[in-house]
Amino acid sequence: MTIVIVGAGPAGLAAADAASAAGQEVLLLDENPAPGGQIWRGGSPAVDAYARRLGRKHCRCEHGVRVVALAGPRSLLLETASGPRIQEWTKLILCSGARELLLPFCGWTLPGVTGAGGLQALAKGGLPLRGKRVVVAGSGPLLLASAATACAAGAEVVALAEARGSADLLRFGAQLARRHPAKLAQAAGLMWGLRGVPYLRGATVAEAVGEQALRAVVLEHRGQRRALACDFLAVGFGLVPNVELGTLLGCTTVMPAQAGIDDHQRSGSLPWNPASAGITVDRAQRTSVQDVWAAGECTGIGGVDKSLAEGEIAGYAAAGLPPPAAALKRCEQACSFGKLLARSFAPLPALRAMCRPATLVCRCEDVSAARLADFPDWRSAKLQTRAGMGPCQGRVCGSACEFLYGWEAPPAHPPIFPTTAATLASVAAPATNGDAT
Amino acid sequence: MPPDCQIEVDGVPVVVPAGCTVAAALAIAGTLRTRVSVRGQPRFALCGMGQCQECRVAIDGVPHQLACQVRVRDGMWIVSGEGR
Repeated sequence: MTIVIVGAGPAGLAAADAASAAGQEVLLLDENPAPGGQIWRGGSPAVDAYARRLGRKHCRCEHGVRVVALAGPRSLLLETASGPRIQEWTKLILCSGARELLLPFCGWTLPGVTGAGGLQALAKGGLPLRGKRVVVAGSGPLLLASAATACAAGAEVVALAEARGSADLLRFGAQLARRHPAKLAQAAGLMWGLRGVPYLRGATVAEAVGEQALRAVVLEHRGQRRALACDFLAVGFGLVPNVELGTLLGCTTVMPAQAGIDDHQRSGSLPWNPASAGITVDRAQRTSVQDVWAAGECTGIGGVDKSLAEGEIAGYAAAGLPPPAAALKRCEQACSFGKLLARSFAPLPALRAMCRPATLVCRCEDVSAARLADFPDWRSAKLQTRAGMGPCQGRVCGSACEFLYGWEAPPAHPPIFPTTAATLASVAAPATNGDAT
Repeated sequence: MPPDCQIEVDGVPVVVPAGCTVAAALAIAGTLRTRVSVRGQPRFALCGMGQCQECRVAIDGVPHQLACQVRVRDGMWIVSGEGR
């Protein structure tokens, strides 16, 4: 009996490691060109260590494979480089990770504007940054990591603009010092490495400027606007769990609009926080669906430590073993860090002002904010304007519209990624039946 | 050092490092453009991790491939500027 794991990032690798250590056969399916997920994209000693251990066990890892739909109650429809395939499962672990929260501002569609993690991912894929001028903006600790990656790749980081003000950042730092000193040390190390970079607190992007590509970014800081010439603008506002496959399977999930309620009542932040959303799991990482577990960022944003601990717990649980006490303890600590992060960097309502009437909110269908603002909900906006109906299927503009207008994005429906007609046809007429109908 | 790959970007031969992504290869070739939007705007990779679909290009004649998720191969030909 094979345990199928979707996603070979930290959570998927840890799950595969635990399940195969428990003697189970494991099949890891991953859409990226190599294992490691986003944080270890482009390779890392940690990935090499996992690959060595997994290579000695009954573990197969397939890359460039995307789950696009369900082919039956216990089978997945995959799209691979060599065509469609149906993959049966008896036990399934979802480690589908997260994507960036990208919020619209004037000029964000220009080539050269990327996510904060996006620029990291592209740099790790070989995007040349040597001698390029980069501005990093948005909110959250990912900005530090993004700037560090750009510096290491030889870029000149012209400015790092964090939307949260100094008071918020000091409060976050104090809480890190008290409860997560190792994380504070990590942040301090990144800051030390960036000591020559102008670090603006309470600064937001007013606009990105350019014709065929980005030329400059206008930042708003302390009521003043300043334009900075740059080649790349890496901008991100946190992460959004990838719950689409869990939703298709019928797993209970927490929606972003429910996730922020506690903090909303306590501190008056927005009652919407995608970082605390995700697939609902119990202490053994079991979802609400029989024989389906979930681990890592898809259950709520918490970083690599949470992913590793949850992955390990899920791997043992799927193998029918109780989770090790050490992993449970690490998981608890990492989840508390995740909650602190979600609370400290919840999207600020003021960021809505970045989006002006002419700003394109839906990038796939080029739908501006002016065309969307008057609709009462996502469904009517979608029917009238095609917003969210393009190839990203609302992965970018869905969260943006939740943030801007308070619309609840509808659950994912199949196929959850753009796919070929041949792949879809393979479910209607399985490959074993040679005659097309 | 990995060997270089000889590829073609919009009809122009380019040598890029083996193992880099198609998105990186486009930037090396001086083309910060992947697809063209429905209203004719140039676009380039945004999320870098296979989610946003902005980096669609045609690779070896197959349309709608994600430039950020595909690595170059020797002899590969890439066409940018695809529409819908």
